[in-house]
Amino acid sequence: MRVGGGGARPVRVAGAGGFWGDDLEAPVRQVEEGPIDYLVMDYLAEVTMSILHKQRARNPEAGYARDFVSLMERILPACLERGIRVVANAGGVNPGGCADEVARAARRAGVRGRVRLGVVTGDDLMPRLDELLAGGHELRNMETGEPLASIRDRVTGANVYLGAFPIAEALGRGADVVVTGRCVDAALTLAPLLHEFGWAADDHDRLAAGVVAGHVNECGAQATGGNCLAEWWTIPDLDRVGFPIIEAEPTGEFVVTKHEGSGGRVSPATVTEQIVYEIGDPAAYATPDVVADFTTVRLSGAGKDRVRVTGARGRPPTGRLKASIVYSGGWRAVGTLVYAWPDAAAKARAAARVLRARLDRLGLHFDEVRTDLVGWDSTHGGLAGPPPPDLPEVQLRVAVRGSERAPVERFSREVAPLVLTGPPSVTGFGEGRPRVREVAAFWPALVPREAVEPFVRVETREA
Amino acid sequence: MAAVKLVELAHARSGDKGDVVNIGVIACEPEHYPVLAEALTAGRVQDHFGDMVKGKVTRYELPNLHALNFVLPRALGGGGTVSLMMDAQGKVFSTALLRMDMEVSDEIAMHVRGRGRVPPHLDHDVINPDEANR
Repeated sequence: MRVGGGGARPVRVAGAGGFWGDDLEAPVRQVEEGPIDYLVMDYLAEVTMSILHKQRARNPEAGYARDFVSLMERILPACLERGIRVVANAGGVNPGGCADEVARAARRAGVRGRVRLGVVTGDDLMPRLDELLAGGHELRNMETGEPLASIRDRVTGANVYLGAFPIAEALGRGADVVVTGRCVDAALTLAPLLHEFGWAADDHDRLAAGVVAGHVNECGAQATGGNCLAEWWTIPDLDRVGFPIIEAEPTGEFVVTKHEGSGGRVSPATVTEQIVYEIGDPAAYATPDVVADFTTVRLSGAGKDRVRVTGARGRPPTGRLKASIVYSGGWRAVGTLVYAWPDAAAKARAAARVLRARLDRLGLHFDEVRTDLVGWDSTHGGLAGPPPPDLPEVQLRVAVRGSERAPVERFSREVAPLVLTGPPSVTGFGEGRPRVREVAAFWPALVPREAVEPFVRVETREA
Repeated sequence: MAAVKLVELAHARSGDKGDVVNIGVIACEPEHYPVLAEALTAGRVQDHFGDMVKGKVTRYELPNLHALNFVLPRALGGGGTVSLMMDAQGKVFSTALLRMDMEVSDEIAMHVRGRGRVPPHLDHDVINPDEANR
């Protein structure tokens, strides 16, 4: 518990980003618009990890979220002045390299010698993958049950999700900025609470409360009115939406809120939508630190844009950690054209038939070809019903995927010709040829804790 | 009894884990949660989605939050960047589910009718074509 002014006050952990590419101004607003103690940012979606693996393969000094470095250059002086500490998994697949760049950013920002950096490593399994396999760990796919050996030669990266204790250790050693690689998103918020309140590893209910807090924080404005379906048209000022702030107490109770005067909304509806986001069994939300039970959680209004969260229960974590393994899944491309009234859907379907017949005649083979009509059934499928009889326009979207690059390249040259050689009333080809992209496939697997934890390192250094 | 759409009773959010979609369905009014819990079975959701979901649907209950969580395996054409679906991350499976027809008491139907959609008198303010293209 922080002590200052008139007495003890809760610790304020501000969520400032839900993925690499989220609102660049959000961290600045979190620092500038009101009091916070910690600023936490999640940069690592699975797709992001695959991009970072590719970048590091080309350049050993790359492989982290570069936006984080420029952000630090911008806000570090204010953070130091206000005592705000930063925790981010911006390290990607190169946390050490990221920390080096943050150190340079600190110099450029004029705070040289005043910053202590923390770095957590040990999540990268790639250097030890064959050793693990040889040691009898099959790393079977959690969804399909297949052993990793079946795709081993296509693996480009392998990371295990770490928990909050190594980050808390870095904070305990005085780090102002902690950079990690792959960790569970909720750990970014749980770690400051472990550090501040000294919660023990077997204090499962409090750890679970911290995981719930982290789950609320980890997708940024998705907890504060962004992407909220409940009466969305009444949610004010999303152009300057406030990002979530967790006001936590040593008991594990916390309030979700946002800066006064910011846009968006914090209500039981907005918070509940985030609590149920991307979960499986809500009674067993597994993390490396605790298995949290979301079904025991209760929400109550605690004033305007304030929701109190109580009742989280936890159980000991399992003996296994989740790993995310990236492998090359071939190549893909998506082509689109727009067809206009009258009979827009019929024209688009006819064009798709022409295209597919041409692909067949060229002898091109794909693992999958998918045709959708955007504006009618591309998201709700058969639930969308038949196309409205007088549809004003529709976008034809044809997507292909294959193990070889060449057929996908050829597909990308077969879309534009439809404009002059297919059904009429077609437009919307101004973006040029479809881009051919490599498919990053994911292989979720479990690894015994003892095969990971001895390799986790926490380093702190001055910058 | 009367027919309403699920969107009039509940709001929802969905997302992905690999090839699996989860949909959290939340009663707009806590007192309507028992209606959802009774009618919105895993089997009903499975039938609703038909061949959009290849695996077996599981339902979990969160009565404290007036919410149900549905887990839909093999619903994303392989998931991640393998999937060629427009909604490869299952973001709008939520509203696809809210299309479902529900049978409720006349009293509830009268109370919720028209909810979950932009009210007609606001339609012009929310969707003003001049504003949108400015």
